[in-house]
Amino acid sequence: MSDRLRVKKTYKLYVGGKFPRSESGRSYPVASPDGTELANAALASRKDARDAVAAARNAQRPWAGQTAYLRGQILYRAAEMLEGRAGQFAEELADATGADPHEALGTVEQAIDRLVHYAGWTDKYTSVLGGANPVAGPYFNHTTPEPLGVVAVVAPQDDPLLGLIDAIAPAIATGNTVVVLASESKPLPALSLGEVLATSDLPGGVVNLLSGKTAEVAPHLASHADVNGLDLRGVADADLAASLEAAAAETLKVVRRPGKDGNALDLLRQWTEYKTVWHPAGMAAGAGGAY
Amino acid sequence: MFEYAPAPESVRPQIKEHYGLFIGGEFVDAEHVFKSINPSTEEVLFTVAEASEADVARAVAAARKAQETVWGPMSGTERGKYLFRIARLLQEKAREFAVAESMDNGKPIKETRDFDVPTAAQHFFYHAGWADKLAYAGLGADPKPLGVVGQVIPWNFPLLMLAWKIAPALACGNTVVLKPAETTPLTALMFAELCQEADLPPGVVNILTGAGTTGSALVDSAVDKVAFTGSTAVGRAIAKAVAGSKKKVTLELGGKAANIVFDDAPIDQAVEGIVNGIFFNQGHVCCAGSRLLVQESVAEEVLARLKERVSLLRVGDPLDKNTDVGAINSAEQLERITALTEAGRGEGAEVWQPACDLPENGFWFRPTVFTGVQQSMRIAQEEIFGPVLSVLTFRTPDEAIAKANNTPYGLSAGVWTEKGSKILWAAERLRAGVVWANTFNQFDAASPFGGLKESGYGREGGRQGLEAYLDV
Repeated sequence: MSDRLRVKKTYKLYVGGKFPRSESGRSYPVASPDGTELANAALASRKDARDAVAAARNAQRPWAGQTAYLRGQILYRAAEMLEGRAGQFAEELADATGADPHEALGTVEQAIDRLVHYAGWTDKYTSVLGGANPVAGPYFNHTTPEPLGVVAVVAPQDDPLLGLIDAIAPAIATGNTVVVLASESKPLPALSLGEVLATSDLPGGVVNLLSGKTAEVAPHLASHADVNGLDLRGVADADLAASLEAAAAETLKVVRRPGKDGNALDLLRQWTEYKTVWHPAGMAAGAGGAY
Repeated sequence: MFEYAPAPESVRPQIKEHYGLFIGGEFVDAEHVFKSINPSTEEVLFTVAEASEADVARAVAAARKAQETVWGPMSGTERGKYLFRIARLLQEKAREFAVAESMDNGKPIKETRDFDVPTAAQHFFYHAGWADKLAYAGLGADPKPLGVVGQVIPWNFPLLMLAWKIAPALACGNTVVLKPAETTPLTALMFAELCQEADLPPGVVNILTGAGTTGSALVDSAVDKVAFTGSTAVGRAIAKAVAGSKKKVTLELGGKAANIVFDDAPIDQAVEGIVNGIFFNQGHVCCAGSRLLVQESVAEEVLARLKERVSLLRVGDPLDKNTDVGAINSAEQLERITALTEAGRGEGAEVWQPACDLPENGFWFRPTVFTGVQQSMRIAQEEIFGPVLSVLTFRTPDEAIAKANNTPYGLSAGVWTEKGSKILWAAERLRAGVVWANTFNQFDAASPFGGLKESGYGREGGRQGLEAYLDV
């Protein structure tokens, strides 16, 4: 055995492309299911949540304004980066969930393939979901799905990598930016994913990752007026889910309740809104209407 | 200006003295009744039953039974044929429905005849065709109905909003319990009679008349989905009421649309579009172009032509075929419009109204244009839902977009310019569900309609509108 002291990693938040500690200075111990202490994770506060929303808001217009081709290449790049670190993630996942290391590697590979899948969606879902509408009049009429804006996600508690990708990938593929509250007891794979995203040419602020207590942080995200969508997939407590949904109703956020996912297209639709544009065609061009 | 001789519509619909609730295919009475008046004369048109919580439960049970035993199991082709039949009956009775709508709502016969009723029929015809093609809607291979849908609609387009709600719900295999607005129940009740005539199986469509308490009882009842069109305040309350339940919800709420006129716009057409945008249906339109944003360099010209055009609008008897602007729907709404207009004056905006005589009885409001409006004023922020236009100016396209988006609403927007690339540039940046370029207030069954932000979520019409009524 070498007597070299191992360099341990400090797990920090990922906000606006940077890796800050919680502004509150707080952290909490994270352990594997068998009780082995793994690390301390930053314990995000209300201020961290608000900073993350601000970063996501700033990043949203430019991200949505990128070409779909570029968004696809960046998601593919994230898959490349994850592939290169598959071993590390398998280890972290096994530690976090108690899964067998071989099985954990399989899950990481699934997560990589899922990223590749959504990388290919970025320049296709618009054609699949939108299109020309045959209106009964001399008008060009066209509908396209557009990103909702900023989506706050409470990530799955027991599926800390693949479940997280399922939440993030369709949201950012469609031009949204996200603030993710990682699994409360298994946040480390999510925080490491931040390192993958930071080296994938993903602009800072598109994905923001927080670790902390769901019951403490989620209400601030649910009531934040600058959040447009709320994903409650990781909220196990039904009463908490109901109160978060009610808080989100104040600014009429789109809410995804806890429960199973539909197909990929459903996930892509979840955080998009349709915009329909009309224009006169033919000789009636410019006609104002009935008057 | 030419003098017009009166041109009153001669058809009179058969309006009963009293209407009950339409539950399980029959009209049944309730403990309480209320009156429905003609807002242009204040005369009582008929009385109508007010549905209680127990009535709501009965209607939902009837809808449930019909969904599980008849409508759900029925083939899409057969469901579609019922809807085609309803569309045809509506077309046959179009004039009767149009006159009834004008009498109960106060809107001009020109609009009910040429817009409300034909578009309602189109919605049934369009969705009838979807009933056996849902698997091709791109939502999944085997989409299923949600079950029983509770629907609450507003008073501004009573029959059309009914069609927007009922046609897609039924096409997708759901059954419905619909509550029309308190002040405009007539065409919904006539529609119930039409369902009987069409031999629609009992319980597939149930119509419950009443006010807000009936609506909230319906939201709280054992429905699988709530679809609502109306104010943002009520939409918010509904979103809270269904929180934590399994009920799905779609909301089509308020708006404060910007109608942007760039300096390279076709001015004559733009003026027509501005007038149509805010004075169509007395401005009782959630997507009304209530904020005119005009580029400074053409503001003077646009305003001069606008005032000239508004001076020619004919305000008065809704049943006169020459009428452009009819009656305000209710005393309550007139009060709200008056209060917000007073607030506009109080905050320093300059008010202009054409000289026009208003009838003695009924609820009326002159077309009104506010100039010198600042973004912070209530008339620039709050939905007035009346014939009141707030005019703001801008210098650069970026400023126009920033001002247009400076609202919690996001339902619709208008853009006027001859430059195609500028239209697409603006349309991409406007946070609105519907953008009208060089036109305004166009609607079609094949075109999805609905808003963003505090204008709600979900779409009505088109392939995308089916999502609201299917479990995919």
